[in-house]
Amino acid sequence: MDFLNAIILLLNYIIVPALSYGSQLALGAIFVTLIYGILRFANFATGDMMAFGTMFAVLLTWYFQSLGISLGFLPTALITIPFAIIMMILYMLTIDKFVFSYYRIKKSPPVQLAMVSIGVMFVTQALVRIVIGPFDRRFLDGEKFILKAIEFKEMTGLNEGLTIKTTQLITIVITIVVVSILFWFLNKTKTGKSMRAYSDNEDLALLSGIDPKKVVMITWMIAGVLATIGGVLYGLDKSFKPFVYFNNMLPIFAAAIVGGIGNPFGAFLGGYVIAFAEIFITYAYKKFFMYILPESLEPDSLVQLLSTDYKFAVSFSILVIVLLFRPTGIFKGKVL
Amino acid sequence: MRQYANVITAYTIMAILIVLVGVFQSWNVALSILNFCLISAVMTMGANIQWGYAGLINFGIMGYTALGGLAAVLVSVAPVQEAWAVGGIDMIVCLGIIIGMVFSIRYVLKKIEKSKKRNYIIASIIVVGLILLRVISGPATELIEAVDPAKTGFLGGLGMPILFSWIVGAFFAGGLAYIVGKVALGLRADYLAIATLLISEIVIAVIKHEDWLSRGVKNVIGLKRPVPYEVDLQNSTWFIDLVEKFYSGKLKLINSLTERQDVLNQLVINASSVYVKLCLAGLFLIVVIILLIVTQKALYSPWGRMMRAIRDNDEAANAMGKNVVKEHLLIFILGSAVVGIAGAMMVTHDGLFTPGSYRPMRYTFLIWVMVIVGGSGNNFGAILGGFVVWFLWIEAAPLALFLINFFTSHLPETNTLKIHLVNSAPYFRFLTMGIGLLLIMRYKPKGILPEKIIKQ
Repeated sequence: MDFLNAIILLLNYIIVPALSYGSQLALGAIFVTLIYGILRFANFATGDMMAFGTMFAVLLTWYFQSLGISLGFLPTALITIPFAIIMMILYMLTIDKFVFSYYRIKKSPPVQLAMVSIGVMFVTQALVRIVIGPFDRRFLDGEKFILKAIEFKEMTGLNEGLTIKTTQLITIVITIVVVSILFWFLNKTKTGKSMRAYSDNEDLALLSGIDPKKVVMITWMIAGVLATIGGVLYGLDKSFKPFVYFNNMLPIFAAAIVGGIGNPFGAFLGGYVIAFAEIFITYAYKKFFMYILPESLEPDSLVQLLSTDYKFAVSFSILVIVLLFRPTGIFKGKVL
Repeated sequence: MRQYANVITAYTIMAILIVLVGVFQSWNVALSILNFCLISAVMTMGANIQWGYAGLINFGIMGYTALGGLAAVLVSVAPVQEAWAVGGIDMIVCLGIIIGMVFSIRYVLKKIEKSKKRNYIIASIIVVGLILLRVISGPATELIEAVDPAKTGFLGGLGMPILFSWIVGAFFAGGLAYIVGKVALGLRADYLAIATLLISEIVIAVIKHEDWLSRGVKNVIGLKRPVPYEVDLQNSTWFIDLVEKFYSGKLKLINSLTERQDVLNQLVINASSVYVKLCLAGLFLIVVIILLIVTQKALYSPWGRMMRAIRDNDEAANAMGKNVVKEHLLIFILGSAVVGIAGAMMVTHDGLFTPGSYRPMRYTFLIWVMVIVGGSGNNFGAILGGFVVWFLWIEAAPLALFLINFFTSHLPETNTLKIHLVNSAPYFRFLTMGIGLLLIMRYKPKGILPEKIIKQ
């Protein structure tokens, strides 16, 4: 029984949160990696672009709520995602047309494009703050929990409860669906294959008649989908605050590089690697050991490897270690 | 002289702008803008040494700035005797353990050939060291942080004049840059950018949460200033006399004695803070001028030529027998050290150290905008960039407010859109920065004052 309790404890405090946080990171990381693989620059506007997409979802959610439209126990924000995605893609294509395409045609070095993306970051951040403000916004409605701790305890008779938030389940399900469609698209369809070819060798791809404009456009469209969905899911799970989104860029980058930048599957797994590492290392295992160890061996301290203040630092340290020993990432990068 | 014509024009315009702020807003605002412009100029010089001279991208400026600030705290605050008594020795032991770890790892790396065995030995050294650190420092930090937590709760510093910290800050930042450079300089440009950005976040995380070192997010306030305090000035007769003499024309117009005294008091209060800021500006100006002379000399020395050669074609420079790796590391350290000075200067100016305020937007990306806008590779350009961008950063909000009011003047005061826009005026500074950066990158990619190669 104690053993079961210990497992439930880990499930409740580590595995479920890490899976949902990892999914949100994974979506962002695939976004970063796609841009890096096909457009060949590190996009520092990642976090703010995600905030931009989410902003539309928040605004539309409020609008729909005022109209009285809702999804019952599901959050209203889910209906707004398609509209938000369209706005996001339009924004991205505009930015690409007026900003990035010039440098792409000129074949500027990636560093210059990264600098330009910092300009885009400033502009996007300004737009988000001007439109919706810098404050914390919660836009979750509907049923909050799928499984409550008390219900679980009654069901199983265990000491430990297991809580599953609606948003956590939604996050995981949507991520699996989106990522499966994406991999199917990249691996099976002609457009997806042409994107991979373009990422692998641009000149050769051009020679074999692949239209670069189309590849770039599709890339931004996929990026828009990923950025918006990732942003909305994060916002539903925690809350929408532009500054937090900007900061999330850092673990997202870490995930993309750990997985091997340019490799979408690596980025997908990288998101979970980062999320699990952050939560594993900063969790206090005292209660866990209390369940599995005999009473005489019970620990006095919290048995916490690092305090939760260092949550971000953990993922960055992992990144630095990976960069040092395997700069191409755990899964070899640049193969899209 | 001719070649400096555009430099002089640009700086004259900048000076006029600051004077205009002084005339129309207040001299206090103008001088604080000037002070921060000077601090920004030091930061941009540091970034320019790395990016402009050597083409190294460093997105970790925030980390070095914070280390400079930490130096200011550790140098100027008086030591907290009780804290040293309860935990000082343990902390010194911990420092010894860290040094011991580093040296034993270096020894292992040197003596044992690359093998699995070596990896295991290194891993075990690290694990044992970390456990020892945890065991020793854990209770000590708790004891230290328990010493009068509302006021101290940290080890304190050396109690020396804060001006020393400008040098110590440079050493701190340079030391970090040595480690980061050893680790990350081999990476490709954009990886280097991300790696330095993340390392700087780690530095901030450590400074924020190691309360025994610098009180963390509880902030350290009331750092000693190298210049007189406003309150002391307001109470000293020579200063009041000075103000009276300076404003004698204005004071003569007032007849009533009590009224004149009131006006004089107000003037003294204003003048005291202006005087303090002027003193600080003088100190900062000295630093900027010294750095400018040194960097300018370096840029046009054989060493500067070599750096440009390495930047433009490192393989060719390598073939000519230049040690690219070593020079990159050197310049990375030098640039970061300059940023460290700026960090210490900033804390000196504010008189407080607030780790929570170090954010990448303000301390990394904004500095990069300054370098790019001003003109990378040109010291005058970098300084100008610091001035222009900081000026815009501060003045964008009032300017935006003015424009909003102008364009919505036909709307009633209660209009929702107008209220919303007026409330979000502060965020127009981001928009100004972003659009400015994009325009400069597109139409003047070398910056306002482009790099000039003087043929000797």
